Amino acid sequence: MEQAFDILFQTSFWVAAIRIASPLIFATMGELICERAGVLNLGIEGIMTVGAFAGWFTVYSGGDLWTGVLVAALAGACFGLLHATLTVPLGLSQHVVGIGITLFATSLTYFTYRLALPEVTTPPKIVPFQPLPIPGLSSIPVLGQALFSQTALTYLAFASVAIVAWVLYRTPVGLALRAVGESPAAVEAQGISVTGMRIGAVVVGSALMAVGGAFLTMSAFNSFFFEMINGRGWICIALVVFGSWRPGKALIGAILFAAFDAYQVRLQQLSGGVVPYQLFLMMPYALSILALILVARRATYPKALMIPYQKGER
Amino acid sequence: MRLEPKPAPSLGVTLLFPVMAIAATLVVAALLVLAAGASPFSVFPLIVKGAAGSQFAILETLTRATPLIFTGLAVAVAFRARLWNIGAEAQLYIGGVVTVVLGTGALPLPAIVLIPLIMLASMAAGALLLAGPAVLKTRFGVDEVVTTLLLNFIVILFVSMLLEGVLKDPMGLGWPQSQRVIADAQLPRIIQGKRLHLGFAIAVVAALVTWVVMKKTVLGYEMRAVGHNIGAARFAGIPVNRVLMKTALLSGGLAALAGFSEVAGLKGNLTLDLSPGYGYTGIVVAMLAMLNPLGVIAAAIFVAAIFVGSDAMSRSAGVPSYIAQVMVATALLTMVTALLLTRYRIRWK
Repeated sequence: MEQAFDILFQTSFWVAAIRIASPLIFATMGELICERAGVLNLGIEGIMTVGAFAGWFTVYSGGDLWTGVLVAALAGACFGLLHATLTVPLGLSQHVVGIGITLFATSLTYFTYRLALPEVTTPPKIVPFQPLPIPGLSSIPVLGQALFSQTALTYLAFASVAIVAWVLYRTPVGLALRAVGESPAAVEAQGISVTGMRIGAVVVGSALMAVGGAFLTMSAFNSFFFEMINGRGWICIALVVFGSWRPGKALIGAILFAAFDAYQVRLQQLSGGVVPYQLFLMMPYALSILALILVARRATYPKALMIPYQKGER
Repeated sequence: MRLEPKPAPSLGVTLLFPVMAIAATLVVAALLVLAAGASPFSVFPLIVKGAAGSQFAILETLTRATPLIFTGLAVAVAFRARLWNIGAEAQLYIGGVVTVVLGTGALPLPAIVLIPLIMLASMAAGALLLAGPAVLKTRFGVDEVVTTLLLNFIVILFVSMLLEGVLKDPMGLGWPQSQRVIADAQLPRIIQGKRLHLGFAIAVVAALVTWVVMKKTVLGYEMRAVGHNIGAARFAGIPVNRVLMKTALLSGGLAALAGFSEVAGLKGNLTLDLSPGYGYTGIVVAMLAMLNPLGVIAAAIFVAAIFVGSDAMSRSAGVPSYIAQVMVATALLTMVTALLLTRYRIRWK
């Protein structure tokens, strides 16, 4: 029992928690942007798969790491554009299109993978992003190691939260974006295109989701596996709700969730195989559902979420 | 750009756009075939031949269609009431679990009693599994999309735990698989010596029953009303939450039958690869069928044909069989777009 408590003071535990949080932070910010503009993006799971593959494959084919991140973001943006075209001007069901994008993006990724590497049984590894300790800050005990000797992509994840928060709350574009998710008619009355804002939000959001996927292959596992996203996209949707559509709260949610995930892995080792390992693996998913139940009553959805907008209609 | 409702689309227009959707799907598939360095003109005939070119191929397609009819019905029923059940995969596995729990010798009953009993028990388990997210939706306002999706992962881990624990076959050489169901719990084959089993007939009957429920009963009417306009339904005095609950029970039960039929009719035991995503593919089937229970039969056979045909083609032409999944997903996206265009006209100003 005491050992279970000691885990919380291990540096390696917090380092792992921040590492696990990083892809979730990217993808949660991506989903948050989409939903703030009024579009639920259930393509997230597939777009993360695309990003994971595109980034890894670029590096595997000789590109450098940052080119990989850029390719992943562009690939994600393409699928985002497809999602947005179907759900925004055409106003198709965001549920159906989202699931469709996930199925399409995932299967296209697997097809491409098989085409590119037909005979491979163990996926080839790349040299991933290396930890980049920040001088001074990284020598703070526990916290310094956890926060300031991660890879550049983790720093970028944290930066993305600050940027998203700044854009949403401090710029005219952010104001328009938030308004589009609450009262699109009012935005249209200001002469701003609702359709344009929403498409832009979904494209940018999807690019962020793809970078979240790329984190897994380029900073965490250094290789691409089938089904490696493993529900992380769906968890990010829960995190957006948990964070009540605010970047800061969503960041805290992602870190809490990741800490819990890192904790269950260590608890699993501690239990020595007496408790079935599957019970531990279930916990992150169960926790997400629990979190949704806890916040559901006071959740204030963007008012126009999932409601298609037609110019001139009320 | 804006959408303008069309007055009453003629039969030609009603058919034109879905045909164009299929054509667009084939174009995407052709591009993938070209990317794989093969010719669409040799690959497409191989897919058709693999899916329908022989008695074996046709029976194989119908066998593959069986679980898709069940999951397609489950989704069609739920989506009609706008209950977004994305958890058919989990409900399918629970149906499989119940089938091996009751069917591996625990109940020494004759087939005529045992099989219906297992069916009902599977349905009950699937129904209960979806009742959870439905209660969370109606009582707490928790979105069922995320809860049903997350439950898929939880249930598959749960099945994995059972297969390495209490349900593990002691004679299974260490593989995580259950014991085989006893002879009295097995669904008979429709044609002696072929893989097509009674599950297909049960699926067709289930589609007919579902069609009657949806079109001819008060519940079906209420479900459609809730799906069409929940506010108006509530205003008209329809007990919306109760209708959603009943929809969930029906939908979960139907999806569980897919697991029952796969275990009792085809595989004989429960493994972790019981379903290659039949629950998710059920969404495509339901949408292609425009949520019509009878259309689900045709859509399931169509989707199964793509899978079976692509598997056969992949073995001989060397194009990765994942092309089937891409085609099915493309068909979903193009079909929902086509259905919109049959009802609306796009005005570019």
